Parts: sequence; structure tokens; C-alpha cells
Amino acid sequence: MVDDLKPPAPNNTPAREAVKPAEGVNLSRKTTTAAIKKPVGKKKKVADDTSPLFSRRSWLAVAWGSFSAASAALLAATGRFMFPNVLNEPPQQFKIGFPDEYAPGVDERWKDRFGVWIVRTPSDVVQEASGFYALLVTCTHLGCTPNWLSAELKFKCPCHGSGFRPTGINFEGPAPRPLERARIVMAEDGQILVDKARKFQFELGQWTDPESFLRI
Amino acid sequence: MADSKTITPKESLLVRSWNWLTETQVWTSVFRHNAPISDRNRVLVVLSNVFLHLHPVRLRKSGVKLRYTWCMGGLSFFLFLSLTFTGLLLMFYYRPTLEYAYSDIVGLREHVPLGIMRELHRWGAHAMVITVWLHMFRVFMTGSYKPPREFNWNVGVIMLVLTLLLSFTGYLLPWDQLAIWAITVGSNMARATPFLGHEGPGASLLALGDVKLIHAADDARFALLGGTFVGEGALLRFYVLHCVALPLVIGFLMAIHFWRVRKDGGISGPM
Repeated sequence: MVDDLKPPAPNNTPAREAVKPAEGVNLSRKTTTAAIKKPVGKKKKVADDTSPLFSRRSWLAVAWGSFSAASAALLAATGRFMFPNVLNEPPQQFKIGFPDEYAPGVDERWKDRFGVWIVRTPSDVVQEASGFYALLVTCTHLGCTPNWLSAELKFKCPCHGSGFRPTGINFEGPAPRPLERARIVMAEDGQILVDKARKFQFELGQWTDPESFLRI
Repeated sequence: MADSKTITPKESLLVRSWNWLTETQVWTSVFRHNAPISDRNRVLVVLSNVFLHLHPVRLRKSGVKLRYTWCMGGLSFFLFLSLTFTGLLLMFYYRPTLEYAYSDIVGLREHVPLGIMRELHRWGAHAMVITVWLHMFRVFMTGSYKPPREFNWNVGVIMLVLTLLLSFTGYLLPWDQLAIWAITVGSNMARATPFLGHEGPGASLLALGDVKLIHAADDARFALLGGTFVGEGALLRFYVLHCVALPLVIGFLMAIHFWRVRKDGGISGPM
């Protein structure tokens, strides 16, 4: 154990004085080490100096330092590994055809593939114009997929019974807020383009945004 | 006849065969000691065997008293081993893909001989959650968390969380409605994490000018699910977490947990 090694007693203790050193011999630990001690990391050598380039301390510092840096980099790379670059998920932007292909009311043809209901209305509750809006099929309670009950003219979530009007506004059950609308615009070729990357929430006053409703 | 031939009765065939066997080179190279017929040999049997040496050589009498220990810790470990074994068997037939997950689970019951592995695994999982809670309760009631045992209590709490995480990740694997929606609801909590969830407070603060660093496809929930919703990425990730990563971590912590009990003088020792 390192603790067992005690440094030699300083020169002024009685035990030392009992043994007189020979002339010229220096018993002091301080001066002895100072004579051969080189500054850490210094590489300058004098002509007949045979001490190593790196002290053991500086070499270990370099080794530990680079090992720690490499380990930190590896850890960061592992963290980045967990975020995939490619997703096998349906695209967020998609065209859904021409306006003429849609009758007034709720259309379910894209519900399974893209997760939106396309609703054509003669008079929107907020925009007060005729046109299209796209409702995201995610219940605002805990994320289940509601069903469109055409006979009762409402969206009803099977998980906990949240109910939404065709406009998306919640009126029964535990849902705290209306269904969200996706961005819906006209593409250059005349088809309707739905963009789920941008969503609009009624309770934040975002349904007045022109991109949340396509006026036809 | 003046023969004074002493006749020693021949030992039975069984005894002679046993004596021969235990003197063969094969046997003596495997077992370096004799049978536990003396105190010294009893100690040697435990100490020189890698599996047995995980146990203490001697136990306190209070250590086997059910009223003191409830044996819930031991039961939890036993259930963990049983879950590992049944889980391993399940892995021979289960494929963690969208196409096969559900039907493979059904197949484990309908098509596989001795088709109760899935049931044993699921019931064992429920039982293990109960036993670890009871174990925690017992440790609390007997004050076995007090110094010098605080560290072991903390290790135990982490293992409790890991047990619940194992349950959470395993729940998704049957890929039925119960699984998908439970994990959807559970993982949706991650998106409300402060700073690291895209719907949590402070997420918008982590942005480089116009570029949002935290969004639906780049937050804690995304890393957990490997996607923006519970799909094939989540299934595979949860499978790996459930079968490899979490068992390794909890096994490692179990080693520390048991070691600490041993080093503190064994189970059910005085305070």
C-alpha cells in the first residue's frame, strides 16, 4: 500500500544528525529531486540529458485525457444512433385529388392511409366560407382514432367516448379541446395538397389562418 | 483348515460403482472435493462451485423465517429467472414485425406444443411486479433501509423502476389493441418532457435561429419510439429493450443488490 511508504524524515531530526553524511553527499530529499526534475511536458533537452521525453505523469495525463475524450465521443455517437434518419411512415405532405371528386360532408377515403378526414362544407364555422378543411384523426384526449358516425353526424372516440362535431369541435366526453386541422392548400396542378407537418388548433385561435381552410 | 482368511463383505454394486465413478479422472477434475460429509467439505462444496458460491455458506436462523423476510425478494428473483427462461423460449417463435407479431403470439398458444409459455410469461410478469412491491414494503417495515443499508435501498428502487419498464416494453410485443394504445398513451407522456419533449415547456427555447432542435421527429419521444407514432420502429426497439438491454441492466444491479446483502452479514441480520 502506498500509505506504508513514509517520506524520509527532514534533516533536522535527531536521528539524522547522529549519522554524519560524507562530504559532498546531499541527503536532502528536496534538493535531490529538484536536481533531476523536469517541468511537465517540456521537451527541450540539454546535451547529455538522458531523462525521458515525457514524464510518467504527463504521459498518463495525455492517455487518460484522450481516452476520456474518445469515450465521450462514443457516447454521443451512441445517443445519435437512437434517432433514425429514415422513417417508414406515410409522407406528411400528400395530394388528395381534385375538388370535384369530393361531395359535401366528411370523406373517409384517406383516413387509414394518411390519417386525415377531408371535410367539404358550404359554410365553415370560423372562416364563414365554403371550402375544404382536413381534420387529423387523433383524439385530443389520449390519442386514439375516433370513428365517424354519419347517422349521428359526429366523430365518436371508442376509447373513452369523446365526441366531436363535424367541425371538429368537442362537445361530449373527456376530450379537452377540438380536433386539429392540417394545412390544406391548392397545388399548382389544381389538386388539393394536405400538409400534416403544420397543424392548426381552434383553441389557440388558429382556425382563422388562411392555410387551415381551402376556400373553393 | 487353519486358514485365517478374513472375509470382508463385498459392498453392493451400487456403492462400488459410485466409488469407482467418483475416482475417475473426469469426476475428480470437475469436483475437487469430497461429498459434504464433514464441516470442512460442506464449506468447500459451496465455496468451490461457481453457482453455489453465490449463496452464503451459512444462514442465520432468522434468515429463513417467513414472518421476518416474507421471502418476497427471493420470490422476485425466482420469478425473474422463470421469466428469463420462458421469455427465451418465446423468442424461438416470436417475430417482432408488424406482419407477424400478433399471429406469432396466437401461434405460441395454438400451434406450439406445451403452448403455455406465453401465459406463464405474462402471469409471471404480473406476479413479479406484485412481489417486488411487497418486497419493498417488507424492507421498509423492517427498517432495512437504514444506515448502512441506504445504498442497497436505492439500488432496489432503481430495480423497481426497471421492473416496471420491463413490463411496459413487454406489453407492446403482442401488438394487439391493448398494447398499441397503452404504449401510445404512455409514450405520449414523453412529449411533454421539459426541454426534451416537443410539446413540453421550454422546447422552443432549444432552437438555432429558425431551426427547431426539438420537434415531433426529434425529441425524447421520437428516440423512444424510433418514429413519430407507435409503429414498426417502436415494436423493434421495445423488443430489443425488453429482451436484451433492460434484463442486462437489471441483472447487473441484482448482482450489486445481492452482494450488498451478503457483505452486510446476510439476510435478516440485526440492525
